[in-house]
Amino acid sequence: MIGWLLAISQALLFLLAAPLMAGWVKWLKCRLQNRKGPPPWQPYRDLAKLFGKEVVLAETASPVFRVAPYMVFSVTALAGSVVPLLTVGLPTSAIADVIVLIGFFALARFFLALAGMDVGTAFGGMGSSREMTISSLAEPALLLAVFTLAMTVASTNLSTVIAHLATEPPQLYPSFIFAALAMALVAVAETGRVPIDNPATHLELTMTHEAMILEYSSRHLALMEWAAMMKLLLYGVLLANLFIPWGVGLTFTPAAVGWGLLAITAKLFFLGIILAVTETSLAKMRLFRVPQYLSLAFILSLIGLLSHVILER
Amino acid sequence: MILSGLPLAEQVILTLASLILFTSFLLLAQSRLFGLINTFAWQGVLLFLATIMMAATYDRHHLYISAALTLGLKVFFIPWQLRRMVVRLDIFRQVETVVGGSLLVMIGAGVLVLFSYYVVLPIRELALLSIRNTIAVSLAVILIGMLMIITRRKAVAQVIGFMSMENGLFFSAIVSTSGMPMVVELGVAFDVLVAAILFGIFFFQIRAGIGSLDVDHLNRLREGDQ
Repeated sequence: MIGWLLAISQALLFLLAAPLMAGWVKWLKCRLQNRKGPPPWQPYRDLAKLFGKEVVLAETASPVFRVAPYMVFSVTALAGSVVPLLTVGLPTSAIADVIVLIGFFALARFFLALAGMDVGTAFGGMGSSREMTISSLAEPALLLAVFTLAMTVASTNLSTVIAHLATEPPQLYPSFIFAALAMALVAVAETGRVPIDNPATHLELTMTHEAMILEYSSRHLALMEWAAMMKLLLYGVLLANLFIPWGVGLTFTPAAVGWGLLAITAKLFFLGIILAVTETSLAKMRLFRVPQYLSLAFILSLIGLLSHVILER
Repeated sequence: MILSGLPLAEQVILTLASLILFTSFLLLAQSRLFGLINTFAWQGVLLFLATIMMAATYDRHHLYISAALTLGLKVFFIPWQLRRMVVRLDIFRQVETVVGGSLLVMIGAGVLVLFSYYVVLPIRELALLSIRNTIAVSLAVILIGMLMIITRRKAVAQVIGFMSMENGLFFSAIVSTSGMPMVVELGVAFDVLVAAILFGIFFFQIRAGIGSLDVDHLNRLREGDQ
């Protein structure tokens, strides 16, 4: 019973904390670029404002266009309930292992790409084709990185993996260094951050995510943007809890959960700083350089897997 | 799992081994000459750190001399020499093409790593050290260096491939045995040094002879059609 309560509140926390994470990164980026920047809670205001607006639909929009935001949002929220945020061993973690989690991301992306093409504008189609190109290259790298972890722990369940890594004495796994780097590169590509896509503007010809949601307005747009923020938080939590598993609560006691909350807040705080600094110091890549970037991620995860097989057994 | 029983120093050596393997892959992927030389220097740094770790962990004092030689030659002198040559030959802007496509070469390198793993399996049973698995990594570094010599057209990149093969040999010597005898080690180190200088002279000779550093031109043996 307490497990389910915790699971539900953790899923809600995922929903509610996502805009804060996005706002925090944005505020940091502005400060690093000598701008004042909106306060970190600005995304909440934006979402509230968008929910209060009237829906404007294109004449050519089909039902798919209207269904897509709800699908994208609910699938991402479901993915959020699976990833251990505060504690491991929650009943929801039995729903899906990490391969299904990647499947959730793929499902959300499928509807996002459909929505981009639905209205029939040139921008939407370009955005969709780019998104699919990037993700088809990013997904194998992500899967290989995940398999490296799964082979070490002999389980693909996220809860089991994190619990195993948090309880055993700290080890220096060579394969984890590569898996973490590969996953970070993939996370940047999948969440549309700077070297791949620019989240700050929709006035660029090479944009990807913004091009797909260009036709949306009001609550549809709010749901799409909220889902994107949750995806950023999800990848952040995955990176933080898989590769720095210490601090995650192992039981359901209030103390463990409290420590878990404190630990994940600290981890995401620093992850946000790293993200903001890299985004400020890098320029956006040309689209045709993206395959090279992602093949680096693939090679990293491949070496991670190989060095697990060769060195760690 | 074997890894959890190892002391920290050996885990660090394993990590360094995997990083050396990674620099080998980076060497394969680099298309700029300066990037190539810098990556080679970084491989030397990692090799130096691994040698120091081996010397400290297993109390082999003569390995400190090898480490110093590695630092002096492979991290500073040879990269400096190559960089100077690239500037003097005025080829630092050239982008190198890889024969057979870079993705195919990468896959080939991955296959080579697996191949060396299976080749080394019987040797692993005989070796005494707990980090004997690194022999597979060093063999892979040697094979990837050879792959680099095969797939690059320009002489400078081939020389770097040759040097990284030597890095692999050196690494396998320090991790599998208690290091080579000092005489051999000094001999090899100075061979590499002399090779680096001789290659420099050859670069100029090749370019004076065929007007390019692309060794494919050497296949044509006709005169007077340049």
